[in-house]
Amino acid sequence: MLEFAFKGSKKYYGWMTGLLVLIGIGFLVYLKQLDVGLGITGMSRDVSWGFYIANFTFLVGVAAGGVMVVLPYYLHDYKAFGRITILGEFLAIASVVMCVTFILVDLGQPMRIFNVFLYLSPRSVLFWDTVVLNGYLFLNLIIGWNVLEAERNGVHYQSWLKPLIYLSIPWAVSIHTVTAYLYCGVPGRGFWLTAILAPRFLSSAFAAGPALLILLCMVVRKMTDFDPGKEQIQSLAKIVAYAICVNVFFFICEVFVAFYSQIPEHTDHLTYLFAGLHGHNLLVPWMWASLILMGIGIVLLVNPITRKNESVLIVACIAVFLGTWIDKGLGMISGGFVPNPLHEINEYWPTIPEALVALGIWAMGFLILTVLFKMAIGVKEEVRA
Amino acid sequence: MERTRRNILKLFGITALGVGAKPVLNAFAQEQGHPAEPEVRRGEKALTAKQWAMVIDTRQFHSAHDLEPIIEACHLAHNVPAFENKDHEIKWIWETEYQHAFPNKTTRFLNESVEHRPFLVLCNHCENPPCCRVCPTKATFKRESDGIVLMDFHRCIGCRFCMVGCPYGSRSFNFRDPRPGIAEQNDQFPTRMKGVVEKCNFCAERLAVGELPYCVKASKGAIKFGDLYDPESEVRQLLKENYTIRRKQALGTEPAVYYIV
Repeated sequence: MLEFAFKGSKKYYGWMTGLLVLIGIGFLVYLKQLDVGLGITGMSRDVSWGFYIANFTFLVGVAAGGVMVVLPYYLHDYKAFGRITILGEFLAIASVVMCVTFILVDLGQPMRIFNVFLYLSPRSVLFWDTVVLNGYLFLNLIIGWNVLEAERNGVHYQSWLKPLIYLSIPWAVSIHTVTAYLYCGVPGRGFWLTAILAPRFLSSAFAAGPALLILLCMVVRKMTDFDPGKEQIQSLAKIVAYAICVNVFFFICEVFVAFYSQIPEHTDHLTYLFAGLHGHNLLVPWMWASLILMGIGIVLLVNPITRKNESVLIVACIAVFLGTWIDKGLGMISGGFVPNPLHEINEYWPTIPEALVALGIWAMGFLILTVLFKMAIGVKEEVRA
Repeated sequence: MERTRRNILKLFGITALGVGAKPVLNAFAQEQGHPAEPEVRRGEKALTAKQWAMVIDTRQFHSAHDLEPIIEACHLAHNVPAFENKDHEIKWIWETEYQHAFPNKTTRFLNESVEHRPFLVLCNHCENPPCCRVCPTKATFKRESDGIVLMDFHRCIGCRFCMVGCPYGSRSFNFRDPRPGIAEQNDQFPTRMKGVVEKCNFCAERLAVGELPYCVKASKGAIKFGDLYDPESEVRQLLKENYTIRRKQALGTEPAVYYIV
């Protein structure tokens, strides 16, 4: 089926070339990082995880979000989603590949990565994260590929796939749960030490993933002869609406617990993020922007008049995607590190090389996504013809 | 190779030969009845304990000047580099103020002498260390024989999860090659490479040859070192006679560094 990826218009080749250029730049900067060390990033002794891990965390969410089309179709027999489940699964594959790459570039000694398998450490959440992420990648590869091939051959997919499909649903939940456990299980980091972190991650995932999927469906409709469908997009929009409301509700729960109890260890980080602490306020405009974007998303998605207008829906989905990205990509990780365990303030901001490496990884993800979508749509067009 | 019946039988034959030869090879590997596995023996003069612990009598320190020789002794001996960029700083033992060492034990109107007193902070060699729990390769581990939390610099993949797990900020990461930052290299202790985490090792290399840690030696008696589970040890005597505090006790990590305030 890969042959579909090599047949395309000039626009398609232009897009792919652009992505390859970004990947190339990112790769060259990464070579520099390999040579000099992680010192070329903005990370420090106090903020020891930064942009890479934040993007990883966000993308685990996007990957898990794919389950929002798989679950209604396979568990509730919601037939309409049959048209787009493959898009959800392929989005998950591209996201997980980005996640794994973000982890790799964040390592100080990446050539030792196999030590994780050589010295199995089941007490480490990072070990379990490796297990669930790779598992999810393979599940989606096997399911996506075989279901698509069956569709192409005009037959029902193999019966042994069914248990794997069912397994992939809780597995999607597991990847973001385990990723949240990386943070909420460590002592002395008040911002993350909350049992609601995993649910919070999942709610933002189920908003961001389907929001991106809606945008991708719109692109697919515009660029190809395949229409993912009006009903499908509207159903996805309702999922985004519920998820983003739940996400903001969970955030309000966090704010209430911190500020009504007034325990400094819990309020300090939120104060730093939304008002600044002792004059340090680098992230304040971003965090408010994130909240406002999510608010706009809620208003536009909950109201049926705006939700049903597809051009407004695009704005709503961009708002939700950006809002949740800022929340996780900028606030969630560095917010937990500031102030540090000694209650000193050392702020973090990604450097240009760091951003270029990240951009290269995003470009790689979109390249994979484009190839996979091209395949899926090629098959769908072929079957229809 | 063609997968014929004959070839498969040959393969079985070779496998059987290999399995049969194993005990013979083992016998050759054993010398005069000793097992073939390597064994790490304790030095004759090595100091031992069930759990090494430290008591810092902060009353004996009055200014940063008093701490300088202690910090320098450690950092010089352990090839800790000095960098201008604060973000890339490596520190095993350093000076801070009471409010930073004990951020959840501050009071609004602090005793004046405590307020201006310099405090030494270092790895607490916790009895229940979260850093070891989170490490995905066991590159950092609690040594069973004496409770020291150690680092294997050659196994560390540089994921920095231990730095996230440590609630004391005791760990440093080599954001760049540390060697250019070392003014005078001590050949008795390994230098590190970029991309790995490091921290205080309670001078495991000195205890192995019967010496006390550098900081203890340089402290002119203000820092005592001994076995926490030996009721006769000097640290236990001090703990019995003085009221001591530990950093973030409420977290349940059980730090092995005690402070007399």
